[in-house]
Amino acid sequence: MAQKIMISPVTRLNGFWRLDVEVENGKVIDAYSSGIYIRGLEKIMQRRDPRDAVYLTQRICGICSSAHAMAGSLALEHAYNLEIPRNAVIIRNLIFGADLLQNHLRHFYFMALPDYAEGPDEPPFIPRYKAEYRFNKKETEKLFQNYMESIDMSRLCHEMLTIYGGKAPHNHGILAGGASVHPTADNIRLYLFRLEQVKRFIDEKMLPDMELLIEKYADYFQIGSGPETLLTYGMFPREDKRGEFYLHPGVISKDQLQPVNSDLIHEQVKHSWFLDTDAATDIMQGATNFYPDKEGAYSWIKAPRYQGQVVQTGPLCRLWVAEEYRHGISTLDRIYARCLEAKKVADYLQEWVQKLEPGKPIYQEYEPLRDAKGIGLVEAMRGGLGHWIEIEDYHIKNYQVITPSAWNMSPRDDNGLPGAVEQSLIGISIADFKNPIEIGRVARSFDPCSSCAVQVYTPQESLEQYII
Amino acid sequence: MLTRREFIKLCLTGMASMSLSRLVVPEVAQALLEKGGERPPFIWLECDTCVGDYFSFLNTLHPDVQQVLFQMIEMHYSNSLMVAEGGMAINYLEKIAEERYGDYILVVEGTVPTADNGCYSLIGHRPNGEAITDLDAVRWLAKGAKYILAAGTCASFGGPYAADPNPTGSKAVHEVIDEQVINVPGCPVHPDWIVGTLSHVILYGVPDLDAYNRPTLFYGQTIHDKCPRRADFEEGVFAAKPGDSGCLYKIGCKGPVTYSDCPTRQWIGDHTNWPVEANTPCIGCVAPGFPDRMAPFFKHLPDLVLPGAIINARTAGTAAIGAAVLGLVTHFGASIITGRFKKHMLDGTETDEINPDLFTVEQKSELDEISGLLEDINKKHTELEHKIHYLKTGKENPTIIKRTRSFIGRLRKKSNHTEEEKDGEE
Repeated sequence: MAQKIMISPVTRLNGFWRLDVEVENGKVIDAYSSGIYIRGLEKIMQRRDPRDAVYLTQRICGICSSAHAMAGSLALEHAYNLEIPRNAVIIRNLIFGADLLQNHLRHFYFMALPDYAEGPDEPPFIPRYKAEYRFNKKETEKLFQNYMESIDMSRLCHEMLTIYGGKAPHNHGILAGGASVHPTADNIRLYLFRLEQVKRFIDEKMLPDMELLIEKYADYFQIGSGPETLLTYGMFPREDKRGEFYLHPGVISKDQLQPVNSDLIHEQVKHSWFLDTDAATDIMQGATNFYPDKEGAYSWIKAPRYQGQVVQTGPLCRLWVAEEYRHGISTLDRIYARCLEAKKVADYLQEWVQKLEPGKPIYQEYEPLRDAKGIGLVEAMRGGLGHWIEIEDYHIKNYQVITPSAWNMSPRDDNGLPGAVEQSLIGISIADFKNPIEIGRVARSFDPCSSCAVQVYTPQESLEQYII
Repeated sequence: MLTRREFIKLCLTGMASMSLSRLVVPEVAQALLEKGGERPPFIWLECDTCVGDYFSFLNTLHPDVQQVLFQMIEMHYSNSLMVAEGGMAINYLEKIAEERYGDYILVVEGTVPTADNGCYSLIGHRPNGEAITDLDAVRWLAKGAKYILAAGTCASFGGPYAADPNPTGSKAVHEVIDEQVINVPGCPVHPDWIVGTLSHVILYGVPDLDAYNRPTLFYGQTIHDKCPRRADFEEGVFAAKPGDSGCLYKIGCKGPVTYSDCPTRQWIGDHTNWPVEANTPCIGCVAPGFPDRMAPFFKHLPDLVLPGAIINARTAGTAAIGAAVLGLVTHFGASIITGRFKKHMLDGTETDEINPDLFTVEQKSELDEISGLLEDINKKHTELEHKIHYLKTGKENPTIIKRTRSFIGRLRKKSNHTEEEKDGEE
């Protein structure tokens, strides 16, 4: 007979999340992912000055705010048809890159590691599951030393962000038209000085810790694969080629690479707490009508689908499309790819900071247009992030956000197809029904972020086709 | 033990030196030893939030997170940090709330949705399947809390998710409970503000609070008061776009109506920068009514009516000089600006400018009157400049001075009149 396990809240992630699984003969046979809170920022965006969107939409998420700033700026620049100066592209990449390192460090040590290693015997490390932790005492001590050091490192990342962004989280330095802090020998030095410390930590602590994790938990390369279709919108716009990215966009299925077409993104609500009429084959035609008593619904997250397919998104997908990591799709692959990406981005940042040209422009002035539409598709830390903006009479008529975590944490769609995390959980073994630590290990490998995932969509006309 | 006065001095100097962690942490530890060595139990409750305040808290440098978590407090509950999950986490929260009733410090982050019984945000479920809404959790945990701190603007005043049209009926923490709440706003809250307030609470109890229950320690003065670009404001050197040097008032800076010590403290651990230094306007993220009353972010504040002059974005610089020279206002002081601006801001800059067709007759006539005044000022501008010239060169022209005096007299009368009328209406 099947037994049910409910985990609510799934802690150590941004926001509130609930997971329900059904277990039979020690194996998960079904899984449900529920976003259990909602704020409706998109509804709040309506009627505002379009320029406010870049600052206000950052408030969607405290750990990936700069990603929303990037997507918001790109959407507005697309709407106003702006080309921003070379320096500005680099500065924005330096801001976002620093935030990405902060995120990856915090995810690996704060969110993922306690699932595999036993922390000190005091709160917040207790209470915890009685389960099989495979590190010996010495290794565990070293891991938690690095856990503490990683806090300093992620603060340094936020300080790097602050140098060009003014503050963190929720920076001011990324805005439509470019950037706001002029590169100087002084701020380049301040940035590099911090970057070197973070880079050293990644090379000397984080990657060896990751390798240790692989050594002890290699079986997690076989567990929690999830959907095979991978999606990435492209990360870090190139300063030398407009519209191109350092990490390429693409949809990949069984090693078939396709360009991303935003027209193929659909959204379904059969199992979400919204009226059925809110479903949209065109994102902009989705609507928002809270329906908390809806039968068969179990989440505040909608179900985005790409050409009807369930996809997963994140660092693994980026490195897969870039042909830099194709070991496999699994729990440990996702975590490993995240660590490798941290190293890659740290190297990139060091290269880019040298490309800054003090004295050259950083901001493109513009006249706001009366009516315009724009899309900003870019990678956030945890996968593809899209902002859609429609401007009418100098004000926002409609604002749409589809976040990476909506892709990963979505509930079932209209055809009953489970979301990415749900799929990845089905089939895993639970050793101890009372201490189901395996669920968190698999689920957290996606770097889920519930604050991003729960969004509101509002009725709108369709946007013209947009293909990268 | 560090006296309260010394502690306040430390906080005011910006915590930039090592001194706070060197002095405060051992002091807190000592104070705790005297009480039997127990660190105060601590619950960080996330409600409807982006969790930015928590990640900002983790950016604390003096003292650092390790010192805070393992020497100052005992972190029992934090959705983002704790190892326990699901029923284990909720059971533990119940246990702590019961066993340490009356002892624990509760920090709430995020707004509290109240529409439809708060069903829009849950902190989790009890093992029996019962949902715990933010509203339930805040009311329940507030009862046994020794101190309640609202971390960030959402918990303090409502913040972005309570902005118009507030789809989830979100409210600030103090609006849903009767207990005293110490508001530590900011979007996000600066690590020094929250850790500083926490230290004060542990060492000396509730700090001095202002009318909005904010510690005056960190929110005592406007950004405009301490702004390194204040001189630019007074001399009329204004930025025309983000990225420019000069005062950012004309492109939307809300520094004159925002109370915080950002200019001297700066962000974050190592105090490297802050929004104005980054050549962008302050958006007033610590203020009650953020973001609605601070939006649009890139539009300047409503005009300021002073006796004898109207300060608006166009005339700010010149008017300030004129005012100073004429001795109307010897120092373009904070008291006047904050007092006046605040009154204006209570009406709020709405997300949309009001359609003129919707104005009442009174509003229209007031608008006409003010516009007339403004025109007068602009007409007289050249004349005033002449006067300044005469004063400076010592060549006085009696006719112009006489005319100017009578003009200023009329202005004073008019603006006093307008004020009285307004007060009468209220």
